[in-house]
Amino acid sequence: MKVTLKIWRQPDSVSPGAMHTYELDGVSEDMSFLEMLDVLNEDLIVKGEDPVAFDSDCREGICGMCGLMINGQAHGPEVTTTCQLHMRSFKDGDEIVIEPWRSDAFPVVKDLVVDRGAFDRIIQAGGFISVNTGSAPEAHSVPVPREDAIRAFNVATCIGCGACVAACPNGSASLFMGAKITHLGELPQGQPERDSRVVGMVAQHDAEGFGGCTNIGECTAACPKEIPLDVISRLNWDLHAALRHGH
Amino acid sequence: MTDMPDTTLTGDPSHDAPGAHGDDAAGYYVPGSPIADTKSPGGPIDERWQTRKFEARLVNPANRRKLDIIIVGTGLAGGSAAATLGEAGYNVKSFCYQDSPRRAHSIAAQGGINAAKNYKEDGDSVHRLFYDTVKGGDYRSRESNVYRLAEVSTNIIDQCVAQGVPFAREYGGLLDNRSFGGVQVSRTFYARGQTGQQLLIGAYQALERQVAAGTVTQYTRHEMLELIVVDGKARGIIARDLVTGEIETHLADVVVLASGGYGNVFFLSTNAMGSNVTAAWRAHRKGAYMANPCYTQIHPTCIPVTGSHQSKLTLMSESLRNDGRIWVPKKKADCEKDPRDIPEEDRDYYLERIYPSFGNLVPRDIASRAAKNVCDEGRGVGPEVEGVRRGVYLDFSAAIERLGRDGIEEKYDNLFDMYARITGENPYETPMRIYPAVHYVMGGLWVDYDLQSTIPGLFVTGEANFSDHGANRLGASALMQGLADGYFVLPHTIRDYLADGPFEKIEESHPAVVEAKKAVEDRVAHFLGTSGTRSVDSYHRELGNIMWEYCGMERTEDGLKKAIDLIRTLKDDFWRNVKVLGTNDSLNQSLEKAGRVADFMELGELMCIDALNRRESCGGHFRAESQTEDGEALRHDDQFAYVAAWEFATDPDVAEGMGTPVLHKEDLVYTAIEMKQRSYK
Ligand SMILES: Cc1cc2nc3c(=O)[nH]c(=O)nc-3n(C[C@H](O)[C@H](O)[C@H](O)COP(=O)(O)OP(=O)(O)OC[C@H]3O[C@@H](n4cnc5c(N)ncnc54)[C@H](O)[C@@H]3O)c2cc1C
Ligand code: SF4
Ligand code: FES
Repeated sequence: MKVTLKIWRQPDSVSPGAMHTYELDGVSEDMSFLEMLDVLNEDLIVKGEDPVAFDSDCREGICGMCGLMINGQAHGPEVTTTCQLHMRSFKDGDEIVIEPWRSDAFPVVKDLVVDRGAFDRIIQAGGFISVNTGSAPEAHSVPVPREDAIRAFNVATCIGCGACVAACPNGSASLFMGAKITHLGELPQGQPERDSRVVGMVAQHDAEGFGGCTNIGECTAACPKEIPLDVISRLNWDLHAALRHGH
Repeated sequence: MTDMPDTTLTGDPSHDAPGAHGDDAAGYYVPGSPIADTKSPGGPIDERWQTRKFEARLVNPANRRKLDIIIVGTGLAGGSAAATLGEAGYNVKSFCYQDSPRRAHSIAAQGGINAAKNYKEDGDSVHRLFYDTVKGGDYRSRESNVYRLAEVSTNIIDQCVAQGVPFAREYGGLLDNRSFGGVQVSRTFYARGQTGQQLLIGAYQALERQVAAGTVTQYTRHEMLELIVVDGKARGIIARDLVTGEIETHLADVVVLASGGYGNVFFLSTNAMGSNVTAAWRAHRKGAYMANPCYTQIHPTCIPVTGSHQSKLTLMSESLRNDGRIWVPKKKADCEKDPRDIPEEDRDYYLERIYPSFGNLVPRDIASRAAKNVCDEGRGVGPEVEGVRRGVYLDFSAAIERLGRDGIEEKYDNLFDMYARITGENPYETPMRIYPAVHYVMGGLWVDYDLQSTIPGLFVTGEANFSDHGANRLGASALMQGLADGYFVLPHTIRDYLADGPFEKIEESHPAVVEAKKAVEDRVAHFLGTSGTRSVDSYHRELGNIMWEYCGMERTEDGLKKAIDLIRTLKDDFWRNVKVLGTNDSLNQSLEKAGRVADFMELGELMCIDALNRRESCGGHFRAESQTEDGEALRHDDQFAYVAAWEFATDPDVAEGMGTPVLHKEDLVYTAIEMKQRSYK
């Protein structure tokens, strides 16, 4: 099939960017979306034009490196990552608009590549359990109810892709944060630092320039791992509890 | 010859002249002196690690913050080491090429992690895990290292649970285990099909905690492009900031490589797109030996290639072979038909036919090779790619009849969904198509018992080293090794080395530093200045095809020699004719790839030489010349019970070129286990 691609091109973080149009023929529906862009890039290189920069690594939907706004939707029309989206979700003659994540906290590095370092800094502010190597007790010394372990797992699957931020009209990272607060908060090991964790992470979130949550729910709709909206209630609950405890 | 610590080498370099028993690789290598001392302490095998930990000197806590450690890689092996050494108070610099340490390729591991906890009371023990690993590796690993791996495996689970890793649990709240990869005990811990992700997030969080504590500095989107060796010791790296293009010098007292495996030398593999050999290869070129580079694991159940646009391959869990039946049409003419229209009598359930007792559950390498053979015969299915159909059916219709669709859904739903997403076919209705793919490399930089390479001060952990899996790795053991190395082994062994530090301060103006930096700048300038005609990817793809064809599932003397010629020609052409656009001073993904492919070319050649030298079949390495009458792999312990550790030699005629490598052998001696020929019948 043949598609028309409108792609955001921006040489670096400081130069202005603009949309460019490319026609691409011979696209097979078995191609992944990123393989389609690989083919475009091979064409561009042969023609002597700078290939389009975009991020990806695992191409299996697990590392969280990829992420594009496709026709205004984070990761495109299916509930999956950009790398797991396939061209069979499009049809011959389609026009496809491709942009980077748009958020003040994720500056554009080049073309479709953004800097998501803010997520690492949110984790640094408390998204962990403090246990030095070698000091852990026997794994079976603390049983964890199976249901709690499953709930923790379900939200621990967040891949840190940033689609939730890109989809949110406020540019909030509450879903990402809520997923981590819930993951660690469901487990007995996570209890001692529960207050300091939420306070630290939220303060960093705000300092990074992410917006506040107004419960619109676009984040969860865009999330490839289907992290549920109620992790944000959990986040708020924990934050209020921490404040009550005098943090 | 490069600078070797005197203690590791003894003997006369002419010790092992080629030509003894039909030396296939004669002329392709130069024999070197054997490796005599691996620093493994003597004594009973179950006391060696305690002995080494006790004998390794301590570093005074007040001195630690004066010691700089560079760690390249943030996967399970590197992330765990950086966190642990940061906690201990050293000054750590951690590097990865992704935009966050959490994205290292370890994240993609699915099945689980082994540990000898014996929670199931099914007869597991440290000794049994040790035994299974040595046997699984087809008696080509070093027993002291493997024993230690089994020993520390139990600590890993404790550590991960304390970090909040949500492993699967039973109703009573205790940890669940499953059996994996054909072993008879249940020792695999797992977090649904995302164990690697959960373990890596645990290590990543521990790492970020140290970044916040100020002990670790994190360098993301940085690629190591050269090792700095001063007076015979590893003292730093040259890295390129992938965003600004700046070529940076980072100096330290010690360097750790945890840069992962090099399966992408085959272009198509289940590895992440950026997985590469550059860090390891640059160290190899500076004197670190590369051990058993030809040992590659090819996984039988991956989704087949659909066309020349294919960029990577996706693994489907091995567990599918428990219920699926593998077949191809008996007649070539049927290969294009809808499989549901092919009657039972026209189907060849070839694994069940050839291996009646194991059937579809034969070991990975055997299942892989059998699939290749039927496709080579022209009986493969699925789309034709470059003239051949490379796929076999994995059919669940009998299982669906037996267990009902619900039964299959419960077991494999997420896998079936993933398959449907990628192929657009519904595996509940039509058989899946699978084909083998490169998955893991057992080969890697040679390390001693301390995980130190042949360059003093250069330590290597995780998939990047060769140490624990011999010629074949058992399922769920790579995660175990990465975390064992990073959390529990390296932090002890590295302190013995650091006890002599801090080492003499070196300046960026030191000739060795200047030379390393210039080498990187010259390479970058070369790529950007070559006004060639072919893209980097096109070369990578061609190299991958050569490797897959001649150094893949089945290797022959003639094929390997041909491959070496082809690679040499391709390499020459690459240096002259590659086309890299753009500049150095911003993100330039073609430039990144060019450097990686250049190193893959040299590695590919060495892999073929290694495979050519090893005229035996062992583990994942199958030499057609060495098989039993019924096609089983045949080892030759009398000739090949050694680790092949290759030393790089420069080409006297070509600046920066690769010359004839030198082969050093480390004899494998087993005291705690008896060598046996593997049998699956
Ligand atoms: C699909 C799949 C499934 C698997 N499933 C399992 C399983 O169930 N159980 C199991 O035990 N094993 C499994 N494995 C194998 C296992 O995942 C890997 O062997 C292991 O995770 C490797 O870990 P590592 O830390 O050594 O390297 P990696 O995780 O590959 O990390 C490499 C690191 O090095 C960095 N790096 C590399 N080169 C450079 C450079 N030049 N400069 C700077 N940084 C660099 C990268 O950025 C990255 O941080 C699986 C592998 C695959 C592909
Ligand atoms: S919550 Fe979902 S969308 Fe947000 S970073 Fe995690 S996986 Fe991505
Ligand atoms: S590339 Fe890893 S999630 Fe898409």
